[in-house]
Amino acid sequence: MDAFTSHTGVGVPLRRSNVDTDQIIPAVYLKRVTRTGFEDGLFAAWRNDPDFVLNNPVYAGGSVLVAGPDFGTGSSREHAVWALQNYGFRAVISSRFADIFRGNSGKAGLVAAQVDEKVVQRIWDLLEAAPGTTVTVDLEARTVRAGEGEGCVEASFDIDDYTRWRLLEGLDDIGITLGHEADITTYEGSRPRWKPATIHS
Amino acid sequence: MAKTLAEKVWDEHVVRTAPEEPDLLYIDLHLIHEVTSPQAFDGLRLAGRPVRRPDLTLATADHNVPTLDFDKPIADPVSRTQVETLRRNAEEFGVRLHPLGDVEQGIVHVVGPQLGLTQPGMTIVCGDSHTSTHGAFGAIAFGIGTSEVEHVLATQTLMQAKPKTMAVTIEGSLPDGVTAKDLVLTLIAHTGTGGGQGYIVEYRGPAIDELSMEARMTICNMSIEWGAKAGLIAPDQTTFDYIQGRPEAPKGEDWDAAVAHWQTLVTDDDAVFDKELVLDASEMTPFVTWGTNPGQGVPLGASVPAPEDFEDPGDRVAAEKALTYMGLEAGTPMREIPVDTVFVGSCTNGRIEDLRLAAEVIKGRKVAEDTRLLVVPGSVRVRLQAEEEGLDVIFKDAGGEWRGAGCSMCLGMNPDQLAPEERSASTSNRNFEGRQGKGGRTHLVSIPVAAATAVRGRLSSPADLDDLVPAGAGGSN
Repeated sequence: MDAFTSHTGVGVPLRRSNVDTDQIIPAVYLKRVTRTGFEDGLFAAWRNDPDFVLNNPVYAGGSVLVAGPDFGTGSSREHAVWALQNYGFRAVISSRFADIFRGNSGKAGLVAAQVDEKVVQRIWDLLEAAPGTTVTVDLEARTVRAGEGEGCVEASFDIDDYTRWRLLEGLDDIGITLGHEADITTYEGSRPRWKPATIHS
Repeated sequence: MAKTLAEKVWDEHVVRTAPEEPDLLYIDLHLIHEVTSPQAFDGLRLAGRPVRRPDLTLATADHNVPTLDFDKPIADPVSRTQVETLRRNAEEFGVRLHPLGDVEQGIVHVVGPQLGLTQPGMTIVCGDSHTSTHGAFGAIAFGIGTSEVEHVLATQTLMQAKPKTMAVTIEGSLPDGVTAKDLVLTLIAHTGTGGGQGYIVEYRGPAIDELSMEARMTICNMSIEWGAKAGLIAPDQTTFDYIQGRPEAPKGEDWDAAVAHWQTLVTDDDAVFDKELVLDASEMTPFVTWGTNPGQGVPLGASVPAPEDFEDPGDRVAAEKALTYMGLEAGTPMREIPVDTVFVGSCTNGRIEDLRLAAEVIKGRKVAEDTRLLVVPGSVRVRLQAEEEGLDVIFKDAGGEWRGAGCSMCLGMNPDQLAPEERSASTSNRNFEGRQGKGGRTHLVSIPVAAATAVRGRLSSPADLDDLVPAGAGGSN
């Protein structure tokens, strides 16, 4: 996973709450066996609507999505994170993320920046008043900033310390855990023998 | 120190704990399916890593399989590749697989309990959010993403911050005709889709104690629909009776040792939950959704709400969008809404008890002329059991379709899908836009409501059917 310190890119206002992962990418797009190529499925149903925000050419290169509360609810599909990344998003800003989506983002390298609902509202207003405005997500400083100079919106965001550290360092989770393999083996020695197994030797 | 049930199970699985780091949690059972695993196996291959514990791993094909012609090669080449990839990965990494055509194949959350692999006090994960189903046995069970699937395959552990705990106490008893599904839909309408976020929820109280294992699974299954990390229910005699004698249940002395331990898996009297919620089952009625998330529901006897009914501006906008998508007018009585397709099945309501309850309502009646009824057993075992009891004949005689096992119309991925603007009454778990097929409109309902709706062609409960039954034609009495 590539390290993430700070990213600046065009902010895309998605004025919707409860954007579940079926909206982010419908199940019919989940048949691929790779981690790439999911951009076609991103918000597939909404992209048929000419008024949908991503159909506005000014947002063509958008890389910071600004969404309403309860983003990423529902299905555990990590394809939702991949679809956002494959499309070009590096970060999502929302006032509340569903647990599994937030976890998947941290693993795959997409920053899920949680801010107060009022901050989302102010960034939306700013982005809609001046479409194409850039948003900076600074993971080192834990801040988001939309626009420049007077009238810019700047706020700190929440992300758990451990995920932030891993993203800043670009670390592989499995490698870290395998560093504790002795602990795992010790634990396995203490498991009761009546615990079920799927294969019997 | 006094502990809640969730804390007991969690603490028994901590491999390593360190300040400012998530716990390293041991996983007792890892369930795998074709959609969320291929990229995880690829990751193992790239890093040259084996599956650490194939003996704690089980795979089956469920999401992307057809429920018709399931004995023939899958027609869609992309789907066939995905299912075939699971078979190749299972073979290469030594994982036990129940593929299409196998007698143990089915929805992963139906298969685990039915084999007796799901037991109290376990940690169970799967790349599927409805893994919470297994919490009905007093296990901590939750859905994970593909990166975590790879992590579990490689290490049999997960790094997890310890969640807070919540008690949901259900007082009283469910009235006749009101089911666990109505209970959980009522709860979600009360809490909203984010109300459980960050919590492992323990469902408890007299109404929960009275429920069968199937009904408890229905409730725990939908924990994720109100955002909970997991939902669980303390194991009791009902749990032990369900497990005993199943193929992978402990035997002999092991059984006694297991039960002795399972009996300790209760919340201590003086344990403190981070949050508590109390609802009364005796006031509950059949409950259905009108909108596009599982929290947008009302009693069947109510009408479609108006956006102005909601105080919160966000809820008002969401209601407006939902009504447009669903093609509904505010003020329309729910009972007048015509339904094109009734779907009985899924990991929420696709077990044998569910099919028996549906057959009881359907028996001797006919599916309404402009409505289709799709009955999809949750597993091959459920299908065979139902056929032995003649339930398939009841559905077919009524004009319904009897299918092979799988996730089917729950998720709009395999061939079973709604057409644009087609309206369903579905016993599944999600009414999101397009969930059952692009442009499809879903009302989440209980089994009795689904069955009665199939007969009347409009959202209904069995109580609405009495006037339609000619004397002597049989019925639900």
